Amino acid sequence: MSKEELVILDCWVSPFCMGVKIALAEKGLEYEAREEDLFGGKSDLLLNSNPIYMKVPVLLHQAKPLCESTIIVNYIDETWPSPPLLPPCSYGRAQARFWADFIDKKLFDAGCNIWRSKGEAPEEAKREVIEILKQLEEALREKAFFGGDTFEFVDIITVPVTSWFHAIEKFGNFKVEDECPKFSAWMKRCMQRETVAKVLPNPEKVYEFLIMFRKMQGIE
Amino acid sequence: MADELVLLDFWPSPFGMRVRIALAEKGIKHEYREEDLRNKSALLLQMNPVHKKIPVLIHNGKPVCESLIQVQYIDEVWHDQAPLLPSDPYQRAIARFWADFVDKKIYELGRKIWTTKGEEQEAGKKEFIECLKLLEGELGDKPYFGGENLGYVDVVLVPFYSWFLAYEKCGNFSIEAECPKLIAWAKRCLQKESVSKSLPDQEKVYGFVLQLKKIFGIE
Repeated sequence: MSKEELVILDCWVSPFCMGVKIALAEKGLEYEAREEDLFGGKSDLLLNSNPIYMKVPVLLHQAKPLCESTIIVNYIDETWPSPPLLPPCSYGRAQARFWADFIDKKLFDAGCNIWRSKGEAPEEAKREVIEILKQLEEALREKAFFGGDTFEFVDIITVPVTSWFHAIEKFGNFKVEDECPKFSAWMKRCMQRETVAKVLPNPEKVYEFLIMFRKMQGIE
Repeated sequence: MADELVLLDFWPSPFGMRVRIALAEKGIKHEYREEDLRNKSALLLQMNPVHKKIPVLIHNGKPVCESLIQVQYIDEVWHDQAPLLPSDPYQRAIARFWADFVDKKIYELGRKIWTTKGEEQEAGKKEFIECLKLLEGELGDKPYFGGENLGYVDVVLVPFYSWFLAYEKCGNFSIEAECPKLIAWAKRCLQKESVSKSLPDQEKVYGFVLQLKKIFGIE
């Protein structure tokens, strides 16, 4: 497949974009990543491809736009079935979708409540993040990955937000490893995969980005 | 072994209605159990420990939670009868996008309309109508979002029609005046038994909303 067929409208720091890139890499697909300037001015292509939300990521496959990261990852899995990212049985797929939905709805926003607050991060915000991670530890149990022995759908949706953890830990003054060692071990396991290591940004860079973003928003 | 299906539900829940419609479209026998949300059953808490919410679909003792996931699960397991999602991956992605849009917007905006007043309510009404107009745009000239037949987006959206009278009365506006195409679509859906038997009467939902307003002290 030629490179021109797949384009991702991207932002290096967006965990939602990272998920799509990891899925593409897992499938061995080549693509062009176009970095959007979300502060300077979104491209016409982005505004035309995603008129409802005007957000990244957008995946353009043969110029047809796809929006919303989890929907995009599902599409990638259905269009290029090998290797499969979702379990073969319907019940397993429902379970995977449930946890992906849980991550989508809860984890990123809970993390944001920590770095978005002025002054010291509220205890409640930290407790919420830890509670979510503990629930994920329950889902993980003794498995290497959420999918079992293989790195799959839920792992792909979850691992990107972990690139923000270093920043969240600094703003919140706590360590994920101390509170949720199992989850921390899963993170390290994922980072050993080339597809993840190549996509996730340097956590220190994410921290610098958030410092700058907080200044822009007037949060000191 | 015959399939055992139990649906833990609550009659005015639009999320529960989605599952009822999907099961009815496919002619799937199941047991319906009404939950008292002020006194949730041990079964509900056991089957959905993460969210503790209805609907919960229990298939041969195993729970499936979250209505969009349940409808997709039903569509996959009983794929031969009345398919809801298209077979083409791109069309599936489009259907999922609009279902997700409905989930992100319609419930919360509707809630804003019946729980607030003044400027906040006006803002809610405005955005609600804007969202319905976007959905009308997606419907186009098709009889259903699914094309010639009821599809995934129809099943996901039509339950909110049972709440429209409550929104209109609380918000003092007419949805039909702004979005006649969407109302025509909803009435078309209601001609199907799977929908008409799954949606409660609009007056009944309005009565329920008035009760809730009293309980929560909302004027």
